[in-house]
Parts: sequence; C-alpha cells; structure tokens
Amino acid sequence: MRAARGITSRAHPLWLAYILHRVSGLALAVFLPLHFWVLAMAMTDPARLDGFLHLTEAGLVKLAEFGLVFLLAVHMFGGVRLMALEWLPWSASQKTLAAGATAASFLIAALFFLKAI
Amino acid sequence: MLNMRLYMLQRITALLMAPLVLGHLATMIYAIQGGLSAAEILGRTQGSILWFLFYGTFVVAVAIHGAIGVRTVASEWGGLRGAALDGVMWITGLGLFMLGARAVWAVTFA
Amino acid sequence: MPHDTAQDTLPTTLKITIDRGDAAPDVKREFEVPAYDNQTVLDVVSWVQQNADPTLSYRFACRVGMCGSCAMMVNGVPRWTCRTHISKVLDGHAVTIAPLRNLPVIKDLAVDMDPFFDKWVGAEGVHHGALTRDDPIAPVDETSTTRVEANAGIECINCSVCYAACDTVAGNADYLGPAALQRAWTLLNDAKDEGRVAILDAVSGSGGCHNCHSMGSCTLYCPNELDPMSAIAGLKRETMKSFFKRGR
Repeated sequence: MRAARGITSRAHPLWLAYILHRVSGLALAVFLPLHFWVLAMAMTDPARLDGFLHLTEAGLVKLAEFGLVFLLAVHMFGGVRLMALEWLPWSASQKTLAAGATAASFLIAALFFLKAI
Repeated sequence: MLNMRLYMLQRITALLMAPLVLGHLATMIYAIQGGLSAAEILGRTQGSILWFLFYGTFVVAVAIHGAIGVRTVASEWGGLRGAALDGVMWITGLGLFMLGARAVWAVTFA
Repeated sequence: MPHDTAQDTLPTTLKITIDRGDAAPDVKREFEVPAYDNQTVLDVVSWVQQNADPTLSYRFACRVGMCGSCAMMVNGVPRWTCRTHISKVLDGHAVTIAPLRNLPVIKDLAVDMDPFFDKWVGAEGVHHGALTRDDPIAPVDETSTTRVEANAGIECINCSVCYAACDTVAGNADYLGPAALQRAWTLLNDAKDEGRVAILDAVSGSGGCHNCHSMGSCTLYCPNELDPMSAIAGLKRETMKSFFKRGR
C-alpha cells in the first residue's frame, strides 16, 4: 500500500499503539482457530493432545507462548487504554498511558515466562 | 467501515472479555507450572458448569469481537467493500464461534 | 546570499526531490537548490518554480502561517511549508516534497480540496440556526464547559494537514476525517446551533466518528495545535449517550 511509504515519519507513540493493537489483534485472530482445533482434540484424539502439550516443554515453544501471552496482554491493555481515552474526559498524558499499557502487558508476559521455565 | 452498532458491539464485547482475559491469563500462569498435560487441564475443566460458562461466554464474545475487528482490517488494509466485506466478517465470526464452541464442549462435557 | 561558512551546518546546495505523480517521465523531479539563511520549504519550492522549472504547479497565499494553502507532504509528513524551516527537515541535505496525501492530485503539488469540503458539509459542519432577525441575539456563556469545548476547535482553517496525516482516511474513502468531525463537535457544543439530531446522525454512519482509531496523527500535526482526536472522542461519547437513550 502506498501508505506504507514514509511509514517511519508517522511513528509517534499513539500511532505505534494503534499499529501494535491492530497487529496483535490480527495475530490473535489467526492463532485462535489453531488453539480451538488443538483443544478439541480432548474429545477427538486425546493422545494427540498430550503430544501437542508435551511440545510445550521445548524452549522455542515457550518463547512462542510468551509471544502469544504478550500479544493477548498488549491487545487487551491497549484496548482498555483506548476505551479510557474515548470515554473518560481526560486531556493529555495519553503517551504515559500508552507506555503504561505496554509495560503492564510485558510484565504479565514476563511473569508467564518466568513461571514457565 | 464501522457504524454505531458495530462500534458498540465491539466495545461491549471488549468490556465483557476484559475480566475473562485476566482470568484466562491467571489460569495459564497457574497451569504452566510443572508443565502442561491433558490430564491436568481436563481434571480442572471436565464436568464443570462454571468453566463451561466462563469459556462459553468467552467464545461468543471473541467471535463477535474478532469478526468486527477483522472486518475493519479487511476494509482499511484489504480494500474490501459491500458483500465481500460482510462475507469475511460472517465467516470469521461463525468460524470462531463453531471452532470455539467445539473446543469448549471438548474440555467440559464431551 | 548563499552561504558557506564552516561553522554553519547547512550545506550550500540542497537536493530537492518533488513528487510529480503521473507527470510525463521527462518532467524534472530532482533539483539542486541553493541554501539561504532563514529558508522555508515554501521558499525552496518557489525557487524551483522561478529558476529551474516554470511548469511546477503549487499553492500558497499568505506565506505567513495564516491561510493553510501551502500545506504539502515534506519527507512524508504533512506541514505548512511556509512555516517549516528547511533546516528542520533536511535529511543530510536532501528533502522530498509531495502533494498532500489522501486528496486527488490536480497537478504536481496542487491537490483537489473538494472531497475535504464535501465531507465538512457531510458531517453537518454547517450552522443550524433557528432564530430570525427579529429575535434577540442568543446569549452565549463564554465560561460554560460546552463553550470552552467548542472554542477549542473553532480555529480550524481547513488546511487539510490533519486529513493528510490520518491513516484511517487513507484506508476508508467514506471516513469524514478529523477536521470535519471536529467542526461537527464544535457545533454540537454551540448554544446557538439547533442541529443536534442532524449532527449525531451524520457522524454515526459508515464514515462517522466510530471509525477513528485514536492514532492521534491529526492532533500531532495540526499547525494550529488543535485536538481533533479529542473532539472525535467527544462525538463518540455523545453518540453513545444518544444510543442508550433512544435505543439505536
């Protein structure tokens, strides 16, 4: 898309928050069908489910899980930030909120990672 | 291409899912300790009306929320309009709902 | 006078690239422009048209930051070129100048402002008066919250910088855009305006305020330091209230 040219010139904090929210949403929308398909194996093929779950021991998979949890946390906290921005009559400090939302997401994802290893 | 109704549905399902996401994140952090296994997960969810309601609500909300979100991206970045756009939205929504409902059933009362 | 002193960071010659869209391939797009003291981007474009290529089309009027006619994309960012010092935007000693984004190009750096103004009207950004000349003048309380809210947006001079900056405008041809929606918000808060229902309806359609993703480029780049993003958030709140009261 032509809009992609000069994209760095638009890279201010609120715009980055928008992009992060959109990309995380898309990634989750793609991930969810796979997630549901694997979980449904509990009734269709329990042995295969266990096989998948054993894969989660691998470091690379744990990294992917960390990524997924980060995306979920980022998308949710970003969304909550958005609704606060729209519905609560606050004025400035939105950059701080955006940063805070990202930080909270990262914290949760890090916690996940720590407990996982 | 959002109008008032789609916007409200999007926001309402978002609000509904906020506590569900926190609950899901907390559950995941708890469950991952000591490794994942089908037995551990099913031991928690099987036969449980509470988990059925929790994840059931989650699936309905995410199907609506995801469908509207995908619709927005399909329109703004994909350039889709009219029937094609509605089609993408409905397929996403119904797809997420059907797969999700199946998964919820699989871990609770199957 | 072109200058050359060692302590200055400005080079003697600037490498200017002008995006001239679908113009013929042999039309000149790269120019070497002498650097001057206190040179603005508008000065650069004017130098090109006066000394290098008289076929270059561009707009300006006041050249002092009041009219908004000189708005263009400078290194991918919409700006008033008369108020942009070249030293602030130089990339080495190169600058790329293009017509405003999101509007049809007439020629070179001149864009068709019609869609922008059509959307202004489409958002009901017109005064909805109910009084006649025989009625007394409507009193306006300058200290009321609604008047303060309205005043925050009335300095808009329709320069289209916010419209060019917005990615949602780029992705959605129906989207009314930040300027039009901000105007609708000022009228909604205007004690003299009787068009509340019309405005709320106009901003709730498929091109309405609900498409805004609050990416804030409009507020960031507005040369008058207005805040369309917050105005649009205000519209979202008002339409929501109306939604719950009227149930649609």
